[in-house]
Amino acid sequence: MTTHQGVNESFTLTLDGVDVSAQPGETLWQVAKRAGETIPHLCFKDAYGYRADGNCRACMVEVEGERALAASCLREARPGMVVKSASSERARTAREGVMELLVADQPDREAGPDRSSHFWDMADQLAIDVDAVRQWLPRREEREAPTVHHVPDRAASPVHDRSHSAMAVNLDACIECNLCVRACREVQVNDVIGLANRGAASKIVFDFDDPMGDSTCVACGECVQACPTGALMPATLVDEVGRGDSAAADRQVDSVCPYCGVGCQLTYHIKDEEILHVSGRDGPSNHNRLCVKGRFGFDYPRHPSRLTTPLIRKPGVPKGLDPAFDPAARTTHFREASWDEALDLAAKGLVDLKAAHGPDALAGFGSAKCSNEEAWLFQKLVRTGFGSNHVDHCTRLCHASSVAALMECIGSGAVTASFMQALEADVVILTGCNPAVNHPVAATFFKQAAKQGTRIIIIDPRGQALGAYAHQTLRFTPGADVALFNAMLNVIVTEELYDEAYIREHTEGFEALKEHVRDLTPEAMAESCGVPAEAIREVAREYANAERAMIFWGMGISQHVHGTDNARCLISLALACGHTGRPGTGLHPLRGQNNVQGASDAGMIPMVLPDYQPVGDAQVRAAFEELWATSLEERPGLTVVEIMDAIAAGTIKGMYILGENPAMSDPDLAHARASLARLEHLVVQDLFVTETAQFADVILPASAWPEKDGSVTNTNRQVQLGRQAMPLPGEARPDWWIIQEIARRFGLAWDYDHPRAVFAEMTRGMPSLDHITWERLEREQSVTYPCPADDAPGADVVFSEAFPTASGKAKFSPTLPLPPDEPVDRDYPTVLTTGRQLEHWHTGSMTRRARVLDDLEPEAVASLAPGELRRLGLAPGESVSITTRRGEITLRTRVDPGMAEGMVFVPFCYAEAAANVLTNPALDPYGKIPEFKYAACRLAPAAVEALI
Amino acid sequence: MTVQTVTPKRRFRGKPRGRELDPATLDALRRLLGDERERPELARRDLLIEHLHVLQDARGHLSLADLRALAAYMNLPMAAVYETATFYAHFDVVHDDQAPPPAITVRVCDSLSCQLAGAASLQDALEAGADPARVRVLRAPCMGRCDVAPVVEVGHRHVSHATQEAVEAVVDTGHFHPEAILWQRIEAYREAGGYRLLADCRAGKVSVERLMQTLEAANLRGLGGAGFPTFKKWHFVRAEAGPRYCAINADEGEPGTFKDRHYLEREPHRFLEGALVSAWAVEAEALYLYLRDEYPGLHRVLHEAIAELEAAGLVAPGYIVMRRGAGAYICGEESAMIESLEGKPGKPRHRPPFVAQRGLFDRPTLVNNVETVYWIPTIWARGAAWFADQGRHGRKGLRSLSVSGRVKRPGVHLAPAGITLGELIEEYCDGMPEGHTLAAYLPGGASGGILPASKADIPLDFDTLQAEGCFIGSAAIIVLSDQDDLRAAATNLLAFFADESCGQCTPCRVGTEKMLTLLEGDTWQAADLERLSRVMMDASICGLGQAAPNPVLGLLRDFRDELAAQNVIVKG
Repeated sequence: MTTHQGVNESFTLTLDGVDVSAQPGETLWQVAKRAGETIPHLCFKDAYGYRADGNCRACMVEVEGERALAASCLREARPGMVVKSASSERARTAREGVMELLVADQPDREAGPDRSSHFWDMADQLAIDVDAVRQWLPRREEREAPTVHHVPDRAASPVHDRSHSAMAVNLDACIECNLCVRACREVQVNDVIGLANRGAASKIVFDFDDPMGDSTCVACGECVQACPTGALMPATLVDEVGRGDSAAADRQVDSVCPYCGVGCQLTYHIKDEEILHVSGRDGPSNHNRLCVKGRFGFDYPRHPSRLTTPLIRKPGVPKGLDPAFDPAARTTHFREASWDEALDLAAKGLVDLKAAHGPDALAGFGSAKCSNEEAWLFQKLVRTGFGSNHVDHCTRLCHASSVAALMECIGSGAVTASFMQALEADVVILTGCNPAVNHPVAATFFKQAAKQGTRIIIIDPRGQALGAYAHQTLRFTPGADVALFNAMLNVIVTEELYDEAYIREHTEGFEALKEHVRDLTPEAMAESCGVPAEAIREVAREYANAERAMIFWGMGISQHVHGTDNARCLISLALACGHTGRPGTGLHPLRGQNNVQGASDAGMIPMVLPDYQPVGDAQVRAAFEELWATSLEERPGLTVVEIMDAIAAGTIKGMYILGENPAMSDPDLAHARASLARLEHLVVQDLFVTETAQFADVILPASAWPEKDGSVTNTNRQVQLGRQAMPLPGEARPDWWIIQEIARRFGLAWDYDHPRAVFAEMTRGMPSLDHITWERLEREQSVTYPCPADDAPGADVVFSEAFPTASGKAKFSPTLPLPPDEPVDRDYPTVLTTGRQLEHWHTGSMTRRARVLDDLEPEAVASLAPGELRRLGLAPGESVSITTRRGEITLRTRVDPGMAEGMVFVPFCYAEAAANVLTNPALDPYGKIPEFKYAACRLAPAAVEALI
Repeated sequence: MTVQTVTPKRRFRGKPRGRELDPATLDALRRLLGDERERPELARRDLLIEHLHVLQDARGHLSLADLRALAAYMNLPMAAVYETATFYAHFDVVHDDQAPPPAITVRVCDSLSCQLAGAASLQDALEAGADPARVRVLRAPCMGRCDVAPVVEVGHRHVSHATQEAVEAVVDTGHFHPEAILWQRIEAYREAGGYRLLADCRAGKVSVERLMQTLEAANLRGLGGAGFPTFKKWHFVRAEAGPRYCAINADEGEPGTFKDRHYLEREPHRFLEGALVSAWAVEAEALYLYLRDEYPGLHRVLHEAIAELEAAGLVAPGYIVMRRGAGAYICGEESAMIESLEGKPGKPRHRPPFVAQRGLFDRPTLVNNVETVYWIPTIWARGAAWFADQGRHGRKGLRSLSVSGRVKRPGVHLAPAGITLGELIEEYCDGMPEGHTLAAYLPGGASGGILPASKADIPLDFDTLQAEGCFIGSAAIIVLSDQDDLRAAATNLLAFFADESCGQCTPCRVGTEKMLTLLEGDTWQAADLERLSRVMMDASICGLGQAAPNPVLGLLRDFRDELAAQNVIVKG
């Protein structure tokens, strides 16, 4: 039954009388396509990850010796097969007949949801005469009696479902090809869409045939991208009466997503110089997939409150958050100014402070939302213009501790393997991360891996959507991470599950670690972890005994005062078991923002120059002094929270903040905001008057991601290009241009004409970019670093032979369990933990101004376990007050069975109930990252109910 | 508030997305099904249909609250549970905006044989006479009791030769359990030499090779309808690497067919021995029996028979797994049956790969029909020649013909393969009823096509009817007379196919419905019907869609005059 072909041995078959070659595994459809014939197809999508299903029967071919026709999309080519496609009368009749059957029940093309659909393309290709079809084939609605008896009609199940703000459902155009089911179930693995009933009653349903907007749909939009008829359409492409056109855009621009660190490649569809809709591209990290943010959160650049002119604070307006302030009507607090005036004023304030108080009076926050080139220019401005190393950005708030541990133990701060490697792994540990929410497209790889048999182990205090795909879940007591990981190490040591050869060849310090974890047994740690000892043992064995295993982590690991210790533990686990350097193994901190990897690589960190080269190293400094023709400060600069403290202490007096929003993102906001108010001169460059900009003296209107060119580096070390897709509004300017203008006013002779010139300079200072040029990025769309040659792909998995440390070996760094900085007590008995939501990103400055995202998650919400709500006497949706030693917020509640009792989760993107008013600014001593994931709080029903 | 938006805020959710799980409903479900946290095997995906049956039996319907809880219980997406629950006709999914069905369900068989016996007017009368708050009257596909048509099922009790009065009497008694069946118990079967072959096989006294040679010599072929030589099927499955499974198809749903029920009700152990020998022959890890839900009495019989086997130590407990269908003709198709065994909607798989290569749980699987394996112990005991020599007109073997319609003595008639319809009616059925003249017959149930009286002399067997565009299939012979309405017969058959189409492929899902609508018209455009038939036959994934046009093509070929006489204008 199986042929004995070599793996890549091509063979010959006959197609329409001509000998054609085929590869093993190829389908007849693919063979025909290579031979120049695109066989009609509806249910088959010629795209990565889509299984052929062979149900529409539009692609039939005749195979000699077979009674019935065969679906070419599904039928594998075999040597010697004699196939008739274009030359088969039977096949032609079948193809036409199938199209006619479907056309008979379609809405009229011009009245339908997509007049440019793939379906109509195929009908055209087969020259179907719609009028003739309607002559001979009766329409379904002519039938009075039900065809399928056991399925009753439901009035509450309309053909046109507009319950979702992002997508229009038009089932009258549905041909039941189940591409959307495969999109939802197999490609994105969100498991919302099904094909219910049977026969003529077959129907695409969401969950239990619920309205899409009420279902568990996470709005990834994969179904919309897959649908061949327009039955599922982006809402922006369909008018009020249901007519639509997927080809309505004037032009397309290929770019990358501006949101999380996954780095999905996408295409902007532009009409009238605005984004009409977004589709996924086949990038290495996304394979055409996107999430709700990337696909539907595209309209923020044209939000009414978008800044289009420079602003200068009006005299006498105090610095602070004024509840009455409306960012869309900002002239109450600021006046509009010309660029010359604004730039002069912005720069002068900084220059004067430097002249009066020295370089240490100034600091800059860049942003991981900006491009590599902008990050490079920004840190260069601070270092060569301000004359200090006081430059930092939100990496400090997300993975600084992970980077510290990685640098210490393996000599490199980036991931050792891409998240795509999860598909090669036998075991994957996900800890302190919630990828379905924060890295949704990375999560699709994890879910696909799980479906293929990879055992996913989730170690996290909170339950999460990926739990449904997990082999095992350990929900431990918040803050007990180090104890838990040490107990796992203890099992690996005492049960001798470690990889002796690997440890000998690639590591140092294992003996000390062995000694160190001797007493940290699961039994001893179980109580503080809240996990049975046996479960810890099982997980340790599962990980250690796997042939290939990976560890992914997020900010549940890093955002603790013991964040660096957490990461050290994870590194020790991988090193002890030899789980790095091979396919399907590795350490991967999932990076939070689109360019947090690139911005860090580019040196927007106070203690290191680009490529993590210490500023204190004279040799390193000398190289950059030569590159930039200036002298550099040797003292490391201050970090984000330290800068806020330095402002409070009066040493830092002026700041330039590009795209960051510390008035929302810093811990203990009362303190942070007081510091911002205290600044003598604050320049903010952003898209909107953010909470931080409300403290500014000068606000410079910057560029949104789709309005500029630039490269970004994702969590997988893939450098990718963003391209300008639409014009800048009003007087808004590209960020690189604004930085350059400020630099010039510091007397720096900068003359970059395009980001590509900046990139060229970067390649001279950053060995990590060896063999990567702007032109190559334009050509290849994505290049992974490190890259060994101009014509070779970069390394997806690194450190197979040696680590980039002095000895070439990695180091075990033992840790001791430490309590959180602010343990719960009688007065503050509940753990507050903070993070993101699927729909909102960072401080919400962009996502809350995206129509769909705002509609899906419109207001601040605190998630609580059902029991916790009961204890408070609250119904879901009623308001709760959360108080910590630093402040209080009031917001509505959401019941969430995934939450542990004794815990509350609040996303930090909502200005009206800013979670960071509550958070603890205590820092990890190594990474200087605050403990966003644990603060002691008190819950109480809110006095005044804000009812719906 | 810092952020202004262009749309009003309206979507605050106080709960996670989608339908909420009610913990109390989940607790109740655990009391019904067992606690999956203690017994994780209860959450296995392939048990979904079994669990749905338990819920449907206990509650009388499937509420969305229960289905939501079941999704959580089984860690399945809601959509997956819903797909399966709504596929099968015996599950009543009740939405939040719908009322649960009344307590009593009356199903009136609307297969062709029952229609000939007046089922349509019976259904009308029952509907008119029923209190809708208490009783609902549904039509249902063939119940496998065509010899006692018309048939009505009240709850699980079947009423033969049903009349309105008889049905209403059953409704009033409140006894809705299946009627009792008298069957040969294990002691009696063993006394008659039963299970000796199985013992000899296991003891190495009978080799697989010898047994296969015997089946080949006996010319035993798949009696579910495909007629594939049994020994060859065994051979293919044995050629695949283990683990392997054996699954017996007892989803006898072809309208007019009731032979499997006939044998199972009488000699379940002879069948079980044949099934166990088949499983032994392919070294199956487990033996699955897929029994149609229309045979509730047999469900109990087989459960008890299996219990007898286990008690007698003849089979390890749990080796034989009974699974209940749920009202879907398509599950008689072997790959659809396997999907159903896995707890999914019964949608046929594409071939290749064949189920012998990748079947149940993606493992090589031997799928045999009930009657096929039923004959194995007898053939072994009496010799291949005994079976093979029974044919007529050059054919070999015995055929169990389910005869219904216009004959005096309907029923399962064990007759020589190759017997003609004329001989069958004369020799086995005591002729036609008074006043009826043979006009047409269906040689293979709904899907085997239709032949005119002039072709009553063709040998009935596998391979003999191809030239006529027909096939014998499961050997369900439905006899029509000059009194019968041919268009009504055609629309009855197409309505059946359209109702039972799984909906997977376009030619069948859309084609059966369009064909039905075209046939309901007064004028038939022959060219249109033939073109549509061509598309369905050539492009449907499985036999349902491929065979559905057979009766239409038969009428167009051989019955133009009769149609004209019945006021159906055929053009072209």
